[in-house]
Amino acid sequence: MRVNIKINDKNHSIEIEPGEMLLETLRRLGYKGVKHACSTASCGACTVQIDGKPVLSCSTFTAAVDGHEVKTIEGFSNEGVLSEIQKAILEEGASQCGFCIPGLVVTAEALLKENPDPDQKEIIEYLKGNLCRCTGYESQTRAIMKAAKARRER
Amino acid sequence: MSKVLTEEKLNVVNTPVEKVDGKALVRGKPVFTDDFDLPNALTVKILRSPHAHAIIKSIDTSEAMIEGVACILTYKDVPHVIYTRAGQGYPEPSPYDTFILDKKVRYVGDAVAIIAAENENIAERAMKLIKVDYEILPAILDYEHAQDPDAPVIHDEPEISGSYDPKHNIASHYEMEIGNVEEELKKCDYTIDEVYYTPNQSHAMMEPHTAISYFDPNGRLTVITSTQVPFHARRILNRLFGVNCRVIKPRIGGGFGGKQAIHVEPYVVAVTLKTGRPAKCVYTREETMTATNTRHAMRFRVRAGAMKDGTLRAIELWGLSNTGAYGEHALTVFMVAGSKTLPLYNKVKAVKFGGDVVYSNTEPAGAFRGYGAPQGMFALDSALDELARKIGIDPIEFKLKNSIREGETSPIFRIMGEGREGVDQIIRSCKIEECAIEGSKIFNWYEKIKRPRIDMKKKVAHGYGVAFAMQGSSIPAIDMGGATLKMNDDGTFNLLVGATDLGTGSDTILAQIAAEVLHTTVDKITVYSSDTDMTPFDKGAYASSTTYVSGNAVKKAAEKMKKEILKAASELFEKPVEFLDLEEDKVVCDDGRSISFAELQTKLFYTFNQRQLEVTESFVSEVAPPPYLVSFAEVEIDMETGKVKVVDFLNYIDCGVPINPILARGQVEGASAQGIGIALFEDHIMDKNGRLITDDFFTYKIPARGDIGKIEVRFAKSYEPTGPFGAKSVSEIGLDTPGPAIANAIYDALGIRMRRLPIRSEELFFEIRKKYG
Ligand code: FES
Ligand code: FES
Repeated sequence: MRVNIKINDKNHSIEIEPGEMLLETLRRLGYKGVKHACSTASCGACTVQIDGKPVLSCSTFTAAVDGHEVKTIEGFSNEGVLSEIQKAILEEGASQCGFCIPGLVVTAEALLKENPDPDQKEIIEYLKGNLCRCTGYESQTRAIMKAAKARRER
Repeated sequence: MSKVLTEEKLNVVNTPVEKVDGKALVRGKPVFTDDFDLPNALTVKILRSPHAHAIIKSIDTSEAMIEGVACILTYKDVPHVIYTRAGQGYPEPSPYDTFILDKKVRYVGDAVAIIAAENENIAERAMKLIKVDYEILPAILDYEHAQDPDAPVIHDEPEISGSYDPKHNIASHYEMEIGNVEEELKKCDYTIDEVYYTPNQSHAMMEPHTAISYFDPNGRLTVITSTQVPFHARRILNRLFGVNCRVIKPRIGGGFGGKQAIHVEPYVVAVTLKTGRPAKCVYTREETMTATNTRHAMRFRVRAGAMKDGTLRAIELWGLSNTGAYGEHALTVFMVAGSKTLPLYNKVKAVKFGGDVVYSNTEPAGAFRGYGAPQGMFALDSALDELARKIGIDPIEFKLKNSIREGETSPIFRIMGEGREGVDQIIRSCKIEECAIEGSKIFNWYEKIKRPRIDMKKKVAHGYGVAFAMQGSSIPAIDMGGATLKMNDDGTFNLLVGATDLGTGSDTILAQIAAEVLHTTVDKITVYSSDTDMTPFDKGAYASSTTYVSGNAVKKAAEKMKKEILKAASELFEKPVEFLDLEEDKVVCDDGRSISFAELQTKLFYTFNQRQLEVTESFVSEVAPPPYLVSFAEVEIDMETGKVKVVDFLNYIDCGVPINPILARGQVEGASAQGIGIALFEDHIMDKNGRLITDDFFTYKIPARGDIGKIEVRFAKSYEPTGPFGAKSVSEIGLDTPGPAIANAIYDALGIRMRRLPIRSEELFFEIRKKYG
C-alpha cells in the first residue's frame, strides 16, 4: 500500500508492507537516527514526533501516520549549529554511547515546547519512558535544565 | 567543576573537553553498526533452543529452504572448532567448551541454526519451518545444585580443554590462603559467619549486539561489529574459520562487558563465507537479554573476625559462582571477587579465598563491569558492616582503620592475577582517608546518624550506609595498548589507536593526552580507533585498562612525536634541540624564531629533509594501581510496601587525576545507577523449563529516570605517578558500592539485614512485618 507522510518537512509517498512499523519505514528511508533498541515500546530510543507529539515509532503502524507529519532527530539537527538541547547534552556529558540520545532529544524538544521552564520533577516525569543505561540520568537532567534556560534567554 | 591539584601544569588534561564523537551522536548520525546498509546484504537470524539441555537427534531444513533463503547452516555445516567466546587475550584463561553450533544445546537460547535470507520476514518464516528433533536431558537450573551427586553432566564433549572438572560441572576452581584463618578467628573478640548472594544481571546496553560481514572489492573479509575487542575478535574468527579478516568497530551503543564476548560475528562470517554475500545480524532485545551473557551470580560465605578495638584480624571468602552453560570468564571473574576486594583490607593476619565456578543450564555468564568485584564486595563490605555493628563501632571508622594506605602493599597482588599469579605492587596513590573523611562531611554522616530512623506515624524509615571499594587499572604484564601519531601539513595530527571507545569517551581522553604533550588542542587531533587493518593493536575495552594502558601508550607516542618534531626543527634552525620547545602548535627557539607545525610538516613534505613524521608506541603495565571509592547512601523505606528509594548517593572517588572530569563523573554516575539496579531491581527470573521470562525492559527492570534520587560524585586530590598525567581507572569501580551501601543503609534504618541482592520490596516487606508487625 502507499502512504503519504511528511518527514522533516519533506513530502514522501512511500510503498509499504501491510503491518509495517514506522521505525522500519523511517530507517529504510535513511533516517538512521531513529534507533531500534527494544521494538516493544519499552525504551524510548525510537521516539519521533508525530504532529509535534513524541511517539514510539517501533509500535506505530506506518499506515496510521498516512497524511501526518513526522519529525525525527534529523529534523532537529542543523548541519552548522547544534540546538540548545544538543549543546547542553554535550557540555554536561549527557551522551555517553549516544544510542538513547536521538529519542531523548526528540522527547525533550517536545517537553520544552510544551513547558519552557520545567523543574527537575517535570523533566523526570516527561522523560520517564526514555531509558539510558550509560549515564545514570543525572547529567541528562542537568542538560535539559540548562537547555531550557538557554532557550528562554534566546 | 573544581580542578584537581596535580603535580603538572595542565592545559588540556583535567579539563572538561566535549566528546570528540559527541556532535555526531547528538545529531543522530548513522554511526552505529546497524546504520550501515550494504547493497545485497542477507539478513541473518538464529534459531534457538527451546530446551535447557538437549541433544539434537535430527535437524531437517529441507522445508525451510523457501524462496528467498540463501542458506541455512546447522552444526553439520560450520567448522567444528572448540573455543571460548570470552574475547580475552591469548592464551585465554577461559575453558574451551563452545562450538559455533553444536549437536548439544545447553540452555534455552543456545544457537541451533543460522538462517540467511533476503529479508527478515523470509528468514523468520524459514526459521519456523526447520524441524528439529530433540532428546531432552535433565537440566540444572539452580547452580547451587550443579554439584549434586545425580546432576546431569553439561559438558561431556571430548574436545573440551581448560575446564577444571567438567564431569562434575566445575568449570573452574580456585583457592588460596595467607596465614591461618582458622587459628586467627579463634583469637578474635568478635566474629561473623554469614552467606550473601548476588544475582545474574543483564548488561542491557541500549544497542543490541550487531555485526555485518562482507568481502571488500579486493576480496578481503571485513567485519563491522559492535565489539569491545576488535583485535581479539579478529584472532578468534581466524581460529574458527581459518580466514584472516579486518574487524572494524564503529560507534557502539554501550557494552559494559557484554560486548567483550564473541556473539554475532561467527554467524555472519559463516554466512558470508558460504554465500559470498554481505550478511547482517541484529539481535532482538530478547536475544540480547536471553542469549548473550549475564553477570555471574555468586554465593559467598564470609567469615571474619576482629578485636574489641576494631582491629580486623582475619577474613575468609568462600564462594560458588554460576557460569551458566559455558565457561566464559569463569575463573577470572571469580578471582576478581577476591583479588579486587581483599587487598583493600591488607592489615589482616590471615586471609583465605576460594571456591568453585559451576556450569548450569542457564544463560552463560561473562564479563560485566566490575567483573566479580561487585559480587565479592557486596559480601565483604556487608559482613564488615555487620562486624562493626557487633563491635559497636562506626562502620566508617572500622573500615578506614583497617584499609590500605599509600606506600603499603598486599601479598594478594602477587598471588592472585588474571587466572594465574599476579604482580607485586606498592600502592603509590591511595586517598581513601580523604574519600571517607571528606565524604562523610559532605554527606553529613555524623549528623545524619543521630537522627531518628523510623517514623511510625508515616510508616517511613530512613537509613544511612557506607561502602568502601577498590578496583584495578588494567591487567598488569598482559594488557598491551598501541598508538600511532602522524603529523599533517595543516598542523593537525592523526591519532590511531586500537583502543575501543564503547561510549565511555576513550577517544576523547586519548586525544586530550596527545594534545597535552604536543602543546596543541583536541580539535587538532583526529582520532581513528579500533580498525584492525588501520590502527595498532590494543587489548580492547575491559579491565579498567583504557585510560591507564592505552592512555600511557598515547602519552609515549606523543612524547616520541614531540622529539621528532624538535629534531626536525633543530635541523631546520640549525640549533641544538635544547634551545627548542613546543608552544601552542609551533616550535619556538630561544633566539625568537619559531615555526608552526603546519609549516614544519609542509617543509618536510616538499622542500627540506623530506619525511613524514610518524611514530608508534606500545605500552604494557607492570602494575595495576587501584582506584578507591567510598560511597554513602541514604535510603527511604516505605514500611507499608517495602519499597526502597535511594534518596542520596554520594561517591567520593580516588581515580587519580581525572583526564576529563565531566566524562569521569559520567562513568561514576552511570556505574552507580547500574549498581542501584543490581541492588534493588535487576534479576533474572526463569520459568520451570529454564526460559528467561525477564527478557525485555518491561520484565527486566533497569533503573529508569524516576528510580534514581541524587547521585553525586567528588574527586579526591590524587596523583598516580605511573598513570598518564596521574590518572587511574574510573569506569568500573562505581558498580562495587551501591549493593553493600544500600543493604547497609537498610539495616541502619530498620535493623533488618538483607543478604541477597536484589533486595526486593516484597521480601523486605515480609521482614518488616516480622519485626514490626
Ligand atoms: S525501540 Fe521503540 S521503545 Fe524501544
Ligand atoms: S548514553 Fe548510552 S544509553 Fe544513554
